[in-house]
Amino acid sequence: MKQTCLLIKSRKSKTTIRGCKVIVQLFGVFVFLIVGIFSFSIAEANDFESSIKDLGNKSRSKIKLAVKRLGNIGNPAALPALEALKDNHLQISSDGSLIILNESEDQGRYALSGNPVDLSSLTLHKPRINNSVRRVLSMAIGKLKLTSDSPQVRLQAAGQLLKMPSTDLVELVEKTLDREDNDEVRKIFILVLAKEGLKSDDKNRRLKSLNIINEFGNNDFKTDLEALLEKDDTGNFLEGDSEIRDHAAKAISTIENRQFFINQAANLFYGLSLGSILLLAALGLAITFGLMGIINMAHGEMLMLGAYATFLVQNLFREYLPGIFDWYLVIAIPISFIVSAIIGIILERTIIRHLYGRPLETLLATWGISLILIQSVRLLFGAQNVKVANPSYLSGGIEVFHGVVLPYNRIAIIMFVVFVVISIWMLLQKTSLGLQVRAVTQNREMASCMGISTHKIDMYTFGLGSGVAGLGGLALSQIGNVGPELGQLYIVDSFMVVVTGGVGKIAGTVAGALGLGILNKFLEPVAGAVLGKIIVLILIVILIQKRPQGLFAPKGRMMDN
Amino acid sequence: MGLLKSQRGTFAVTIKSIILASLLFTIAVQAQAAETIKVGILHSLSGTMAISETSLKDVALMTIEEINAKGGVLGKQLEAVVVDPASDWPLFAEKARELIQKQKVVVTFGCWTSVSRKSVLPVFEELNGLLFYPVQYEGEESSYNVFYTGAAPNQQAIPAVEYLMSKDGGGAKRFVLLGTDYVYPRTTNKILNYFLKSKGISEKDIMETYTPFGHSDYQTIVANIKKFAAGKPTAVISTINGDSNVPFYKELANQGLKAEDIPVVAFSVGEEELRGIDAKPLVGHLAAWNYFMSIETPENKAFIKKWNAYVKKHKLPGGSKRVTNDPMEATYIGIKMWAQAVEQAGTTNVDAVRQAMGGQTVQSPSGFKITMDAKNHHLHKPVVIGEIQKDGQFDIVWKTDGPIRAQAWSPFIPDSAEKKADWTYPWVCGNCKKAKF
Repeated sequence: MKQTCLLIKSRKSKTTIRGCKVIVQLFGVFVFLIVGIFSFSIAEANDFESSIKDLGNKSRSKIKLAVKRLGNIGNPAALPALEALKDNHLQISSDGSLIILNESEDQGRYALSGNPVDLSSLTLHKPRINNSVRRVLSMAIGKLKLTSDSPQVRLQAAGQLLKMPSTDLVELVEKTLDREDNDEVRKIFILVLAKEGLKSDDKNRRLKSLNIINEFGNNDFKTDLEALLEKDDTGNFLEGDSEIRDHAAKAISTIENRQFFINQAANLFYGLSLGSILLLAALGLAITFGLMGIINMAHGEMLMLGAYATFLVQNLFREYLPGIFDWYLVIAIPISFIVSAIIGIILERTIIRHLYGRPLETLLATWGISLILIQSVRLLFGAQNVKVANPSYLSGGIEVFHGVVLPYNRIAIIMFVVFVVISIWMLLQKTSLGLQVRAVTQNREMASCMGISTHKIDMYTFGLGSGVAGLGGLALSQIGNVGPELGQLYIVDSFMVVVTGGVGKIAGTVAGALGLGILNKFLEPVAGAVLGKIIVLILIVILIQKRPQGLFAPKGRMMDN
Repeated sequence: MGLLKSQRGTFAVTIKSIILASLLFTIAVQAQAAETIKVGILHSLSGTMAISETSLKDVALMTIEEINAKGGVLGKQLEAVVVDPASDWPLFAEKARELIQKQKVVVTFGCWTSVSRKSVLPVFEELNGLLFYPVQYEGEESSYNVFYTGAAPNQQAIPAVEYLMSKDGGGAKRFVLLGTDYVYPRTTNKILNYFLKSKGISEKDIMETYTPFGHSDYQTIVANIKKFAAGKPTAVISTINGDSNVPFYKELANQGLKAEDIPVVAFSVGEEELRGIDAKPLVGHLAAWNYFMSIETPENKAFIKKWNAYVKKHKLPGGSKRVTNDPMEATYIGIKMWAQAVEQAGTTNVDAVRQAMGGQTVQSPSGFKITMDAKNHHLHKPVVIGEIQKDGQFDIVWKTDGPIRAQAWSPFIPDSAEKKADWTYPWVCGNCKKAKF
């Protein structure tokens, strides 16, 4: 540098000396900058490392500060540690280094270097985080993920950021918006800015924001819009500008219109799902009560036994086959069927068959059986509910519209009920056993004359009904409690479904269950859960008054007897 | 004929000897009974409430065994009379009468649901019995014959809501009051409604919803909560009855509502209830109690150790998986306190014991000296808020500095604010607006 300076000096006049000085000065600044940036990046790296270390701090407020810093530094290398902390997979060893564990918590690696670590040699403990730490974590993870390469990850992150108070985000969003090429993500960014724009002083910007919300906005914006239409105690609008108010009112009605159809679609799904659960609970009864005419008060306990069979299968898998634990449910399908069916057959052989044609005695006897079964299960497994875990593929759900999530377990139950109904229908319509069952239910004497062993058929039919109830229990274990009283919850509903649908017709039961489910779910948002149930019951009473035979009347001789 | 006669003779002798033997036996039993003090235990061991109440019976027996091992009370052994009211509310009253009149118990520990307590209340008042009620409840009650060792609303519900409104708790501005449709949730929510309004929460930011008993389909309610929560930080205050909690929490998790977004604080979900639940989807949701099994105090460690040893010794179902919880702690404190009061009074006479109860203190497993309030018959208790963990235990996120006094009548309900529960002179009244004497 000095040489060039000398060179210039020798070649040109005095003025160049000043220029040379400038160059030297510039050089100084340049060096300063380089050193500055370098030391800054060292400081940042240090900050990064110490922040990561701080994630394992004992104090929750220190953890929060560290997470915030990591979010602001913007280094995506922090993501694995942050996500592990959020999922409770981050642990601290006694020497203070952070270790990320895998899902089954038997392998780990260092959070900073990523090198695998031998867990057996270490004593580990978990940093204790609470909801306020989790909120900060979500925000930091969202910020870091905005720069991800995958548009899906960015979309998810943007959705997360939309939930947060937006003021401190505007800068970040404005910066990333220019680079963003994915339309969906851009839409969310524009909405974030529009939400912020509502608060600005510039009227045009507010109107523009309102138009954007009118076009893309959803339920989340209603509160902000309604705030614009609020009145004070004297009845004057808090918002002075009538044009803004008009636009806000328009945006609210657009959002509500859009939401109306989404709500109806959601209600329909909820109704189908409730109906499918009712149907699974009632299908077994549709066979034992509907086809055979046995007032089977122990039906609920067959559901309960199916659920407990599922529980046992789950425990066996957890004990002996933890590697394929998630598939226990598939194996539980035949097991729960067989367990309930066998117990049903034993009951039929020992007690119920002696009571055919005596409905009152059957009612009392089966009720007694139900009490015996409840108390035996209580003695065997304890009065406590037992744990039946959802397999991972049945946890969570899929968001079809904004705010409407269809949980996987409910979708699976709907598919399962379709499978069960089709199987029963095939069995009754397409096999010789089904033919005999139908023959016996329609005309016992004639069937007997034709050489059908009606006793055997009774036994099979009752076993089939009980087994199907066991399948119902398996499905119920995925959405609710498994305890000795499980069956008591569903017995009334089951009878209601079978009677409403029409005794003796599987199709009637299907229609009854789905009808009741959908009716219930459309009434509930209007009338509330308690009143909704009352209205449904009243409607059933009226229906049975008008049509004692139910929705579908069977054309058999059983009714004549 | 002769044969017959001799047969009759032996028959008569047999009858005589049987009568004699049974007479002797009754005398022996009575002689033995005179040396023991009978205490009643009135908890459902069958029916829907068995899930919660069985543990209270077990812990009561454990405490009695502990007291007996140390020489009993007034030099006599305690004898527990366990009856099963089978989760049937009218049967509670019948069994309470049986305990007091037929079994002559000097004190009864029992009840869980508010409706069962309301059902036995007239019996205890009529026969001047003594009941220790160990469960958190809705308040708005004070009886001369009942000592409340569970929390009143200001010792559980109100601090929990204040926590939710704090910055650490998420700064909730909107509240969903969700409950099963019976007296406890209705009354609690009434108090909370007044309380929230006094804190400046407007009517339209409060959503109150009830479900029937045993409700298991929470799709619509969860979807509504989601809609309601859009735009403002929201929290759910759940007074859902035990059994409906699992479907509710499962639906919450499956519809993607996380505790960090919409926290749910529950008043009747404890360690015992979580034993029957896969707790993974619940992580981060809250519960407010006066005791958690995870409280780290030497007293609690000793309590849990004692409990585990008792479970093992008596081979109780559940074995090593059994947990301790808040109503169990309250039962334990209640029995110990009663024994102290009897020692102080020198008699088991109900009136004398009642006088001696006021001001009794017991070192509780939660680590505080717990005092019985002489005036309103409630315990001074600390409040602890915990987040549910994966293993079904609670991680404590907030607690009071010390025990706080119960308010039997909520100052937030205009009608109750003027009422006073004070069983000391000159008031001697549980729900009066002015003193009796």
